[in-house]
Amino acid sequence: MPFAYLDHAASTPMRPEAVAALVEVLEHTPGNPSGQHRWARDARRRLDDARDGIASLLGIEPGGVVFTSGGTESDNLAIRGVLGAYGGRALCSEIEHHAVLDVVHASGGGTVAVDASGRLDLEHLADELAADPEISVVSVMLANNEVGTLQDLDAVADVIEAARPTHPRGLVLHTDAVAAAAWVDLAPTVARADLVTVSGHKVGGPKGIGVLAVRPGVTIAPLLIGGGQERERRSGTPDVAGAVALGVAMAETSRDRITVTDRVRDHAERLVTGLTEAVDHVRTTIPPRSVEGVANIVHLSCREISSEALLFLLDEAGVAASAGSSCASGALEPSHVVEALGVAPDWVAGALRLSLGWTTTDEEIDHALAVVPAAIAQLRSPEEPAA
Amino acid sequence: MKVLVMMSGGVDSSVAAALLRDQGHDVVGVTLKLWGGESDSGCCSVSDVDDARRVADALGLVHHVFNFGDAFTDHVVAPYAADHRAGRTPNPCIECNRHIKFAAVDERARSLGFDAVATGHHARIATRPDGTRRIARGADTAKDQSYVLHMLGQDQLARTLLPLGGMQKSEVRSLAADLGLRTAAKPDSQDVCFITKTSGRGSFLDRMIPLTPGTVVDGAGQAVGSVEAVELVTLGQRKGLGLAGGGAPRYAVDVDVATATVTVGSKRDLLVDEQPVAGLQWAAGAVAGPVLVQSSAHGVPVPATVHPVADGRAVVRWDQPQRRVAAGQSVVAYEGDEVAGGATAI
Repeated sequence: MPFAYLDHAASTPMRPEAVAALVEVLEHTPGNPSGQHRWARDARRRLDDARDGIASLLGIEPGGVVFTSGGTESDNLAIRGVLGAYGGRALCSEIEHHAVLDVVHASGGGTVAVDASGRLDLEHLADELAADPEISVVSVMLANNEVGTLQDLDAVADVIEAARPTHPRGLVLHTDAVAAAAWVDLAPTVARADLVTVSGHKVGGPKGIGVLAVRPGVTIAPLLIGGGQERERRSGTPDVAGAVALGVAMAETSRDRITVTDRVRDHAERLVTGLTEAVDHVRTTIPPRSVEGVANIVHLSCREISSEALLFLLDEAGVAASAGSSCASGALEPSHVVEALGVAPDWVAGALRLSLGWTTTDEEIDHALAVVPAAIAQLRSPEEPAA
Repeated sequence: MKVLVMMSGGVDSSVAAALLRDQGHDVVGVTLKLWGGESDSGCCSVSDVDDARRVADALGLVHHVFNFGDAFTDHVVAPYAADHRAGRTPNPCIECNRHIKFAAVDERARSLGFDAVATGHHARIATRPDGTRRIARGADTAKDQSYVLHMLGQDQLARTLLPLGGMQKSEVRSLAADLGLRTAAKPDSQDVCFITKTSGRGSFLDRMIPLTPGTVVDGAGQAVGSVEAVELVTLGQRKGLGLAGGGAPRYAVDVDVATATVTVGSKRDLLVDEQPVAGLQWAAGAVAGPVLVQSSAHGVPVPATVHPVADGRAVVRWDQPQRRVAAGQSVVAYEGDEVAGGATAI
């Protein structure tokens, strides 16, 4: 059966080089990097080689790379780490991933609005900062994981910079770069962020590994205490194989980023054109050409259907896609991101995210272009299902 | 046939899915997320969803979770609260069957190309000589659930499969054990899914509606007790009315929410010759002759006749005087084992 895996934003296949590195380390590196012998030194060397490579891709000192269990831990460590070290309150955009949003809400922090394209309202950010000198950390995601919108992080940093003198606790800028990491030149893009989150399985690495990059001079209180690994910022024996595989995946992704991005942008363009022109009442959720976004995310809104039903039919026809986020039971929940964009209610229920990646082929796009319109047609006229 | 089986995570629907698979149907399992709040199996009933998913895995079936939370809130939870506020005694499981499982989910199944929906209810679908269908009692009379399915019409009955109707519960459990299903020994759920055992109905309703302290009076209007919430008193209730002990048992014979008054009386004061009902629906044509009428999930069916008035309203005339049925309860007429029709007591 033909298929189309179009859920790379949820998890993208591992790079074969990363799989090879993972297996190789698991096979040949039994030591604990904290030990006092050659096996330990070997593990330590592999871990620190990975750290060096990742640091250079992120444009940061190697000592600033903290290995974590993934994006969620890195986001938690960033925000709770700053609040733990400096006190104060957190602020974030209203379209952050729950790993940021829920942490900010839980600590009593607030949110900053976005426009219909998902771009942060910088005036609102400045107002919020001016109104509350207790704010000590601001978190703004580099690319949104649902709709793909890229933020102008430099402009955000300018606002933060201007507000620093009035914030006695200090003002730290964190960016969740999980959704953007495979699609932008990271080092220059995040140059003005103090803390940066990257997740392994969104860049062709394994699940269960991530990084929080910490600029020199920024202190974070650990979430996990114990053996004092990762310079007292994240206790626990590091996942050496995972870290090495992540380093390889990031290097591979960086190596062919421009080629892959161009190819994926063409694929995405073909999907958008094919679906919005061939099917009535289907449009891109972000107004076309209104804003820069990552190459791989196509977010559509379809009237008169429910996402849940559409995803069921797509799954049956071999198309992996998503919509919104899932709750603990696995049920689809309405998206806070789509809600924040102010999409009209009759368009909200039929959200569909098709996300592409480094393995996406022409055939997959062809398959999606055949299956998605037929599924939408079936849901709109259930008595006469499309053949 | 392509069948969507609703899997709650209990043993009955697990076995229903297994039987349908073994009958050669193309089976997909779905668990409904209906209630996002607290329940006895955790938020969003996560552990029940996990059980359903793992049973589907063991049976080699595709499993999905459908979120019908908004519809459930609108059609089941909100009316449940509103009914209590108006002094009625609703049955939310019946409303869920009426509006969610055999309506919204059935409609979804249709649009997804399914030929039928199935559940693990203990009830049968009887086909009559003229081709019409009626819900009939399950073979295990102690577990029979025909009462809560009484509202199913011809269209729905033609598209519904109830594979457990001919089985005893003990057979269901032993089949589940033979198949190695993790739900084989899971206790039956008894209660309303959105009300937890620990905090109960009163605390749930306290969050939904204002509860009014009430006065309990006897037939002569003399105050004899009090209740914390008149909305929680059901017709025929004996306990929790703050009455002094001794003497003949006294029952709530009238609940007036507007004046926050509960009237108590003897068992005989509850007896009536007729029961008015509304929303009468016949399963497959009106029945003018004698029927057996059941007015609670595990109530005893008693002989009566049904006399339509107008606009779905009708009068159930008991052969022998019966206790008045609390407003909001379903009143279901049987011919033998088959559901002839149903209505709601007013």
